[in-house]
Formats: sequence, structure tokens, C-alpha cells
Amino acid sequence: MERVNLDVAAGWPLRAVARRALSDALDLTDGDPQRPHAAGAMSRNLLEAATATTAELLGAADEDVVWTSGGTEAANLAVTGPVRAARDRGSSRRGLVVSAVEHSAVLDSARRLAADGLADLIEVPVDGAGVVGLAAVAAAVDDSTVAVHVQHANHEVGTLQPTHDVARLCREHGALLHVDACQSVGQLGVTMGQSGADLLTFSAAKFGGPRGVGALVLGERARVAAQLVGDDRQRGRRAGRLPVAAIAAAAVALDEAVATMERDRSARELVRRHLRDRLGAVEDVAVHGPLAEAHPGIVAVSALYVAGDALADRLDDRGWAVASGSSCAVRSGEPPHVLVAMRSLTHGHLRISFGPDLDVATADRFVADYAAVVSELRAQSGRRTP
Amino acid sequence: MTDTTTEDTPSVDEAGRRIVDAIGMPCPRPVIELAAAVKAAEIDDELRLLADDPAADVDVPVWCRMQRQQLVSQTTEDGVLVFIVRKLRDI
Repeated sequence: MERVNLDVAAGWPLRAVARRALSDALDLTDGDPQRPHAAGAMSRNLLEAATATTAELLGAADEDVVWTSGGTEAANLAVTGPVRAARDRGSSRRGLVVSAVEHSAVLDSARRLAADGLADLIEVPVDGAGVVGLAAVAAAVDDSTVAVHVQHANHEVGTLQPTHDVARLCREHGALLHVDACQSVGQLGVTMGQSGADLLTFSAAKFGGPRGVGALVLGERARVAAQLVGDDRQRGRRAGRLPVAAIAAAAVALDEAVATMERDRSARELVRRHLRDRLGAVEDVAVHGPLAEAHPGIVAVSALYVAGDALADRLDDRGWAVASGSSCAVRSGEPPHVLVAMRSLTHGHLRISFGPDLDVATADRFVADYAAVVSELRAQSGRRTP
Repeated sequence: MTDTTTEDTPSVDEAGRRIVDAIGMPCPRPVIELAAAVKAAEIDDELRLLADDPAADVDVPVWCRMQRQQLVSQTTEDGVLVFIVRKLRDI
């Protein structure tokens, strides 16, 4: 059976150039890049070149790229780092403003700081399309705010946020803006300047780099205190020896991703609109997120009367890898927070995410299988499609 | 668990509304039970849906919107979500 990956938002397939770069670099990076000896210098040179490529593509200075173990660690550092840095320098700023649709890596970090009494947290609502309200952000930000966290593109429904407008509100109050750009770097041309970010986070897995590499990129106003301590690597902002070969491969992947981004984006946008159109024609389903101002490779849809995980399992049986944000068949508690924040149908939810290789004919085959599986599950639950 | 949708004499609340008891049912069962009860009801009938799955808090209002039925009220009583729904059209 042909298998089709419609879960690209969880991880873009490892690019061939990245695989080669990783393999080549493994033999050159045994040395510790901090050591002055020749083996160390070889590692250091590769690390510096990869960092310079990444910094240039994102519009940052080389020394302001902080490598991490992935998007999750980068987001944790972006939330916790500025709060700790403010406290360390005796600042009274302790406010955090977070959009309700942020990734859990951001939300949970912020909630933990608030629960520990280290920050005052305001969660800002979104509208039905998942767009954060600028008026609500303006009302929440004041001179006690350390940082505002608004993602570039939503990971569940693809909504793009007006980060540049949020950045202006932040600057009026001397607050920092963190933009979680995990779904955007290498796919949407996001840079520090374009997004207005003071802190920007990404994951190499999302653009076809190796898994286990991410980064926090800092603008000139941003200060972070380390979470991982134990040495003075990366200017004391993140301790621990880096996987230099994987970072070198990540930079190669990002370079290729950015070079092909515009062409890929047009191809994906065409399929996205087609999928939204066809899925929306299935009986009793709701397609989420905005038609325009959206990520080109993410479509989110919920079907009435079915459980999302059962839907994903049945589609997997037919060769389609898709993600379900809802697992309500087992009584696991909370519905997906992004859909709750949008007041959108939370059960029977699927996220369909794809790269530029998905064509319209394959998308149509998916929609046919989707409609069939939805009917099967409704029939089993006693809820037949009229 | 009793299947309230197939009882011969469904229980009613003090206002004479049929009670649809979906307490203990995980999503999407509360919405399935609601849909079955609305289907069986007459136009302008009101139903009282009880649910404790947190997804119902969002999904029942969305269902009413998608199916163009009226959500008369939504409250919480002792941790149980209580929805009054009026049937506006056949489904």
C-alpha cells in the first residue's frame, strides 16, 4: 500500500542534502568545539559556519543564535529566560502576556512560572479564526510586562498572527516579543525584522533538518538567563556540548528550504485551498482557520459525531498519516486548547499537513477516503449521515 | 449506563422538558445523544442536556450553530454542564 505523509507539520521529511551533510560532518566533529586543538578547531569551524548561515537567513547576528535540543527547549528558554534575566538584574518587570493558541511548550512554561510565583500571566483570547486580538494585547501589556508571546503560524489550524503589530505595542512599553516560528522558519520567509521579534524560536525538524536541533534567536534588546547551566558555552545562555554535525545539517536544510520556499508555497497554497473546499463539502464537518493569512501546508477539520483518534486510526489503515488533536475516545480529559480558544468543534478533529509534493489528485483521493471513514464511524455510533 | 434515547418514558425536568442525560459519556457521545433527541422531538420542543465531558462546553453550542437549532441557555450546576436546546427545524 502506498503511504502518504499528511503529518508534515510534525516533521518535514529529512532532506537529502541534510542527510549527506550530517553523514559527512559526523566524521569531522568528534572534537569538542571549545578546545583549541586541531580536532576542536574542525568542529568549531563547522559550528561557526552553520551558525553564520542560520543567522544570515533569519536576519540576526551570529552571536545571537542559541542552539537547543529542539523547538520545545527553545520555547522554554524563550519564556523562562527573560523572566529570570529581569529578576537577576533587579527589574520589577514580571508580567507575561501569552496568546491562548500558543504551543503547549510556551503555555505550560508560562503557567509554571506563574504557579511558582515568578511571573504574572495574562492569556489573551483569539477570534473564531484563531487570530489574537490586538486590542486585548494592548490592554494586557504595560510597563511591568517582561515579554509577550505570540506565534507566527499556529501549529494546529495554520492561522498567521499579526506579530509586527504586536511588536509595536511591545516596544511602546519596553516589553520583549517572542515569536514561536516553528511552523514558519524555512517555509514562510520569516526573519527577525519581518516578524518584529526580539526572540524567535524554531525547530530544524520542521524544515527537513535533523530531529533534535532547534534554536532561540535573539534581537539586540533581548536578554535571557540560562535554564541549562554547567559551562559557559553559547555565551552562558545554554550550557551543554552541541551536536555539531546535526547543527551543520540543519543549516544546510534551512538554506535549501529558503531557496525553494516561494515555489513550494504556491504549490502548497493551491492544494490547501482545494482541500478546504472539498473537505468543507462533506456532510456535517467544520473547516477551521482563516482562508487567507494562513500557513500554506496546514488544513484543520472537525467532523460531527466521530472521535478524532478513531478517524486518524482508520485513515492510517488506508495509508494516510494524519494527526488528531483530540483523543476523546479514551476519557483523557481536556479537549485541544487551540480549538477551545477558537470556540470551534473540538471532537472529530484532524490536522492535515503536507509538503509541496502533495498533488490535487492525491488530495482528492484523501477526501474520498475521509468521507468514507467518517460515514463508517457515524454508522457505528448510530449516527448515520442523512 | 442507561441509554436515555430509547427509554419508553423519558424523564422530564420541572418545565416539562425531556432530559437527555449524557453524564459520564466522553465526547462525541453527548452531541450524538443530543442529535438523536432533537431528531425525535417536535419543532419548538425544548430539551435539557446534561453532560460532564469538558468538550461539550464548546461542542454543544457549535452543534446548535451548525445544525441551526437554538441554544436557549448554557449553565453549570454542581460541575455538570446544563444546556437547554430548542428544536427549530427537522434534521
